[in-house]
Amino acid sequence: MAERILMKGNEAIAEAAIRAGCRHYFGYPITPQTEIAAYMAKKMPKIGGVFLQAESEIASINMVYGAAAAGMRVMTSSSSPGISLKAEGLSYIAGSDVPALVVNVQRGGPGLGGIQPSQSDYFQATKGGGHGDYRMIVLAPASVQEMASLTIKGFDLADKYLMTSMILADGTIGQMMEPITFEDAEIKTYDKPWALTGTECKRPHNVVNSLYLKPDELEKKNFERYEKYEQIEKNEAMWEDYMMDDAEICVVAFGIASRVAKNAVMTARSEGIKVGLIRPITLWPFPKAAFEAVSDRVRAYVSVELNMGQMIEDVRLATKCSAPVTLCNRTGGMIPSPDEILDSIRNAQKGVL
Amino acid sequence: MAKVTFNTDMCKGCGLCVDACPKNCLAIADDKLNQKGYSPAYMQYEEKCIGCAFCATMCPDCIITVEK
Amino acid sequence: MAVVFEKPKSLTDAPFHYCPGCPHGIIHRLVAEVIDELGIEGKAIGVAPVGCAVMAYDYFTCDMIEAPHGRAPAVATGIKRCRPDNVVFTYQGDGDLASIGMAETVHSAARNENITVIFVNNAIYGMTGGQMAPTSLPGQVTQTSPYGRDVKHCGWPIRVSEMLATLEGPEYVARVAVNNVKNVKNAKKAIKRAFENQIEGKGFSLVEVVSACPTNWGMTPKAALEWVESDMLPYYPIGVYKDRSAGEGK
Repeated sequence: MAERILMKGNEAIAEAAIRAGCRHYFGYPITPQTEIAAYMAKKMPKIGGVFLQAESEIASINMVYGAAAAGMRVMTSSSSPGISLKAEGLSYIAGSDVPALVVNVQRGGPGLGGIQPSQSDYFQATKGGGHGDYRMIVLAPASVQEMASLTIKGFDLADKYLMTSMILADGTIGQMMEPITFEDAEIKTYDKPWALTGTECKRPHNVVNSLYLKPDELEKKNFERYEKYEQIEKNEAMWEDYMMDDAEICVVAFGIASRVAKNAVMTARSEGIKVGLIRPITLWPFPKAAFEAVSDRVRAYVSVELNMGQMIEDVRLATKCSAPVTLCNRTGGMIPSPDEILDSIRNAQKGVL
Repeated sequence: MAKVTFNTDMCKGCGLCVDACPKNCLAIADDKLNQKGYSPAYMQYEEKCIGCAFCATMCPDCIITVEK
Repeated sequence: MAVVFEKPKSLTDAPFHYCPGCPHGIIHRLVAEVIDELGIEGKAIGVAPVGCAVMAYDYFTCDMIEAPHGRAPAVATGIKRCRPDNVVFTYQGDGDLASIGMAETVHSAARNENITVIFVNNAIYGMTGGQMAPTSLPGQVTQTSPYGRDVKHCGWPIRVSEMLATLEGPEYVARVAVNNVKNVKNAKKAIKRAFENQIEGKGFSLVEVVSACPTNWGMTPKAALEWVESDMLPYYPIGVYKDRSAGEGK
């Protein structure tokens, strides 16, 4: 059995990335994710890898773009304001179809906001952030163990589909310590015939590019990319059902919010309320199938979020308004207590919306 | 003896080769249009050409080949 | 008879999209000639900018990538750190390198990143139709300085080579021009040096090429090259501003 070790969430991401074969990290310091950079700075030189502190978030995402185009497993990490700066690069990476892993350990916003945990970059992560028609695979860990396992998964999905995987974590999971194990997961490698390696004068030149001046060509490219996205929606959605077997009230929460919500669900169950939890693990693709499976039975949904209500829009779309959806939220770095969520569950049970 | 060859259809008629020629061998064919719609450069006095390749050095479109 | 001048192998057959008389074509050719002469076509990876040279990826036969505006040195850094045995170069204009990408330029120079940067300074934004650049001369009329660049209002043009030469980091910084045969030949020597430095592992080498934009300057190609001599070069003097191996700096 693999050894259990105590690790900080941010460090678990870094260690998992190295185990996934990532040997190139480019970043810029920002709270509350700097442990990732610190871990990489310590480890990379010892294993023949590259850690480079860039002059800005913009430079670091473009170093990622270059390294990804060169065919390497590469990553960067940041927190909310830093991800805004990376948005340009994320759009170019999407438009050039190269794989990368980007970590956002979210803090409160907008603007400089605060440094306490938040989930207020849900829209930015799942609906765009950068310009143009594109998607990123968005993975939402709810434990230190998942910080590790979803990082490994994220690299694999990025290489498989040639796009960005984003780990959308929050300051709490980034900072907290839990025991985890690193299973000896099989790391798959992918051929990258499109990569910039130098032609060796043996093949036509490879060009990594997102410019298409002819509108019909750009449209075709976008259509192709969306066919790929459709496959991902079909094949890669992940979620956890918790006490959903007979649930009539459904709490929806991801990341740290889902852990508080589980507490409230347990208490509500002891009061006899038939309540369960759907925890989306992929935020894009949003796990619509989880909602389709229970739509006949569920009378009300409660979306629990650390923001002003962002995922709730996807819950409404996924449930096709088959039942009312209410919001239980805190924002700005605040976290709802189990009692606050319990009240929302009781209200949903009573039909008070 | 030198020979200057123009890829005439790629010429944009900018005239930088004409200005660069120390022997004034080249000219723009004002009465002609190439595929692109430009009046192209051409060798007017081949016998004066010394094959210095100044014309090709200043050509922004790489359309001149010089043999000597 | 032997061929004494022909199109270099490292350029594709695609015709340049540049305006008539635009020296971008000359500078592309010089880079390609150097790649041919050093025998590095199979190892070279080029980074194209945003600006007139955005489609440079169509013209060079080596592997190419198109970078976001100003970010070419960061993209090149990412590639070079992954593939140190390849020869990585950027090709950038003045808006790209000296305005929106100044931070990437300065910091890649400060890191002595082992890349080659070709910086084309023609004192104007060409692709967008002739707006004021960070290198537009005092008094220069552009679309966004229609009464001439007023330095009291929008500041002074930046001498990139002189500025970078103040840094400890870079190996080699030189300014050349392509307004006449002699200067073109010297420009090639500097570009060759900038590539050789990278091959020898010496580090960041930048060649600033003072160029022209006949279309947006509103001049004939000939008059534009004359303006380079009369107006550009007095403000942007040709020279080697940093050459660590030779122990030189101005």
